[in-house]
Amino acid sequence: MASPSLETRDLTIRFGGHVAVNGVSCAFRPGELTVIVGPNGAGKTTYFNLISGQLRATSGQVLKDGRDISRLAPSGRARAGLGRAFQLTNLFPALSVLENIRLAVQARAGVGRQFLRRAAAHRDLVAQAEHYLEATRLTRAAHLPAVALAHGDQRKLEVALLLAMEPDVFMFDEPTAGMSLDHAPEVLELIAEIKRDTARTVLLVEHKMEVVRALADRIIVLHNGALLADGKPEEVMASDLVREVYLGKRGAA
Amino acid sequence: MTKLGPGGWSVRLIVLAIGVALLLAPFLFPGVRPIQVAARICVFIVLVASYDLLIGYTGVVSFAHTMFFGLGAYGTAIALSQSDASWGALLIGGALGVLAALVLAVLIGLLSLRVRAIFFAMVTLAVASVALVLASQLSGLTGGEDGLTYSTPDLFSPATPLWHDAAGKTARLFGVRMDGQILAYYLVFFCALLLYLLLLRVTVSPLGTVLKAIRENEARAEALGYRVVAYRTFVFGFTAVMAALAGVLYAIWLQYTGPDTTLSFEIMVDILLMVVIGGMGTMWGAVIGAAALVMAQYYLRDVMQAAAGATAGLPLLPALLNPDRWLLWLGIAFILLVYFFPAGIAGTLTRREARK
Ligand SMILES: Nc1ncnc2c1ncn2[C@@H]1O[C@H](COP(=O)(O)OP(=O)(O)O)[C@@H](O)[C@H]1O
Ligand SMILES: [Mg+2]
Repeated sequence: MASPSLETRDLTIRFGGHVAVNGVSCAFRPGELTVIVGPNGAGKTTYFNLISGQLRATSGQVLKDGRDISRLAPSGRARAGLGRAFQLTNLFPALSVLENIRLAVQARAGVGRQFLRRAAAHRDLVAQAEHYLEATRLTRAAHLPAVALAHGDQRKLEVALLLAMEPDVFMFDEPTAGMSLDHAPEVLELIAEIKRDTARTVLLVEHKMEVVRALADRIIVLHNGALLADGKPEEVMASDLVREVYLGKRGAA
Repeated sequence: MTKLGPGGWSVRLIVLAIGVALLLAPFLFPGVRPIQVAARICVFIVLVASYDLLIGYTGVVSFAHTMFFGLGAYGTAIALSQSDASWGALLIGGALGVLAALVLAVLIGLLSLRVRAIFFAMVTLAVASVALVLASQLSGLTGGEDGLTYSTPDLFSPATPLWHDAAGKTARLFGVRMDGQILAYYLVFFCALLLYLLLLRVTVSPLGTVLKAIRENEARAEALGYRVVAYRTFVFGFTAVMAALAGVLYAIWLQYTGPDTTLSFEIMVDILLMVVIGGMGTMWGAVIGAAALVMAQYYLRDVMQAAAGATAGLPLLPALLNPDRWLLWLGIAFILLVYFFPAGIAGTLTRREARK
């Protein structure tokens, strides 16, 4: 088994008296897609925020390829290979769709500091941005400001930014939430494609059970901030405890 | 469909027209006053464009821009007045002034760009106030409130002919004396043009997109891997250097440097007005805003004088048009501008064109 690309050790955060993530220890390996489930308020988004650095842990560590990155700012963690898409759409509203994606491309390429050449003259950057534009079928909207997109297209752009970062670890937070039925499969197909690349690690927060079944190599269940279950999809979905706190409550499965 | 672009055609045409007018100003508008106005416009274009990169593109609010302008000007002025009017003094003084601006900007940036925007603005206000007080207190060095008057190298003197005509006198081209002042004007013009083109280039570069990204959504820029504080510090230092270079040019041109010409908060307010009139975050707006406000400051009173004269027989109007009330009219013009061009002249024209 490959060594973990991402690991959390006893990761905990308190907001006042409320423990939103409570001692979560978990390792994620390349080539593995882990779906994180749990009822609303379970701490899934907060867990992501702790990993990608938007929040600082009260205690515990985040390790990337064995290196402790708990003290790094979000930008440092991104450069260390962690990529993140947000549950609540989080874009650059007045910038064009193409510019949004190019920002992700040039961050990875490390050309953000160049100011003597026109961005359009960096043909390679533009070509890569156009590639992800194509992949998310946003080409026709390339020159529209992000704010002018329909909600579903904004969600796709959110995904496109993460893809364009080309990180080692992809973190998707409910990528298809609020997306129409014809757009969701496009996004899921993109995630399935990443999964086929065995060097990548994928974390996916997702509620839809058919998605979980189709994509998950592994499921972890968060409940009240704590890790409740961790295992193969069929094991976890069969567990009585999980059915009770999560699946039962939602009446799904 | 709203297509995003750096500027509409009408905006580019206006900017081009202003550029050509400035290039030919000594020939188109002969006389003492027009060339002063033109030089001031050139200097303020650089000052306003660099401020636009800071506030309009990156979203950093600073009130220290005139302080950096002043550092460049005072560096040049002090060196020239303490020694002879040599090129060496000019270059060393100018370079030290620009360096001081850079060091101070990086220090302020590193110490306080991490904090909230409003707090950062307050810090710049405080530092700029201290600089203003220092300039008037250290009168031995700075000339205090009176400022410094000095000579620049002879080459820039109106008494220096650039070349002679057949009779051995200062040559004339299209009736304009080819003297050192013309040379000084074109030094100002071409340096300003170069700095402006550099700033324009920055806005369309990869860095320019990052700056806009920081303005739009700082946390998201950080999540993509951009160290926002480092970028802000960089752009703060970079624009401080641009402002200081504009100060050097102005000190050379005026042969006088004082609090009123470079450091005062009135100039800071002028810069803010120019950015808003021209259009924040457009870069073209700097040219339009600087030209419009400087022209108004120099000529509005003349226009009102003429208007008051023309309406002399009528009731009330002559009193309203009394040149002493020019600030009132400037205020009214500003309010109307903001009402009809809410995104500034360049910003609103570009939007209108894009909507078609
Ligand atoms: N910044 C914050 N301050 C206070 N409480 C927070 C903060 N962020 C999240 N929480 C709380 O942490 C809990 C977990 O939230 P979240 O991680 O968004 O849940 P999920 O994504 O699983 O639906 C919730 O009770 C939420 O109110
Ligand atoms: Mg959530």
